[in-house]
Amino acid sequence: MKSLILRDLKLAFRSGGGFALTLAFFLIVVMLVPFGVGANLDLLSRIAPGILWIGALLSCLLSLDRIFQLDWEDGTLEALATSPIPLSGIATAKATAHWITTGLPITIAAIPLGYLLNLPTQSYPWLIASLALGTPALSFIGAFGAAITVGIKRGGLLLSLLVLPLYIPTLMLGAQVVSVGTQNPIQLLALVAAISLLSIALIPFACAIALRANLR
Amino acid sequence: MLLKVSNLNCMRADKLILSRVSLSVVAGDCLILRGPNGAGKTTLLRYLAGLNGDQSNDNTAFSGHLDAIKATLTVYENLEFWAGIYGRNQWRDVMDHLSLTTLGDRAAGDLSAGQKRRLGLARMLLTNASVWLMDEPTVSLDAATSDIIVTAIKTHCANGGAAIISTHIDLNIPIARILNVTDFAAKPSDHTDPFLQGEF
Repeated sequence: MKSLILRDLKLAFRSGGGFALTLAFFLIVVMLVPFGVGANLDLLSRIAPGILWIGALLSCLLSLDRIFQLDWEDGTLEALATSPIPLSGIATAKATAHWITTGLPITIAAIPLGYLLNLPTQSYPWLIASLALGTPALSFIGAFGAAITVGIKRGGLLLSLLVLPLYIPTLMLGAQVVSVGTQNPIQLLALVAAISLLSIALIPFACAIALRANLR
Repeated sequence: MLLKVSNLNCMRADKLILSRVSLSVVAGDCLILRGPNGAGKTTLLRYLAGLNGDQSNDNTAFSGHLDAIKATLTVYENLEFWAGIYGRNQWRDVMDHLSLTTLGDRAAGDLSAGQKRRLGLARMLLTNASVWLMDEPTVSLDAATSDIIVTAIKTHCANGGAAIISTHIDLNIPIARILNVTDFAAKPSDHTDPFLQGEF
């Protein structure tokens, strides 16, 4: 599993790997909002948590179809499926690699972007905490969508339709954590972490079933 | 006995194409699957590999039409990855064995078709599996590269392994047994209709 994660990281940083693409998309989406909303600092600081979270969600979505599709196309997935590693382990490794190349950089990039959106200073710790704890759920739920749509050519749109509704709880709770940052949002944060933990624990097995069915 | 199946029914796209397949291979065996296009050779191999069907076979390694190579990684990195997956570390020997060492730092995407196949074969050598399942391993290869692959198969069989290969050409493996998959072609009377069988 370690070699699978390492290889996926290597591929993400090579040409056409999509690592820079995800990050650049996140930056652009978030930076577009002040242009659209106008220079109303009060309004911006109120909507900043939602914007940052929606930005994170959309940039995560952008790279989801790569999780299994590329390995499917060149026969790697077949070879991995017949290897000693169980399919659930493969799904865990690939979702983890996806989080390291999307969720983690997004969490870090959100700090300067929060400044751009006039996010109140006391909200920063909660912004980092909610993204760090919430983005693993995005990667794992997304991996499930990717596993279901893996053999479908141009399955990206279908993938978005499948996955976006499943992201709603994480989005609501995650953005709420940052919004109520002045009060104590620890319970909301615990719920965000709970969704992530539940996804990490259960989704690899669902992925394995979906992949098995798609490999037939 | 390295691999044994009996009365295996093979479906492709919900249609029964091979029925009651029984075969077995022992150490040193090389079984060649013959049959026209669409007869079910690939499907049978996928069943034996555990990709289709319910049972999985831990001692088989499957090589399909695709070589499972990442174009943006170098030859060296591709093999290092598969060695990690199979928990092996003698991949340098495998590179020497298939004369891939000089290509080590080349991106796999820049290799010729024959070199890619050799890299794909290197993955088979890295598996611990005793039974190789190969689907058209010599397709689009010149005589020299075919020879490398056939030699690797012979060596594998001589070392106590076995191979089941689907091919249209004569691979020149003297010990090989031929299995005609058309012998197991499903007859119309074999068609299973889940509604008639009362499954629903």
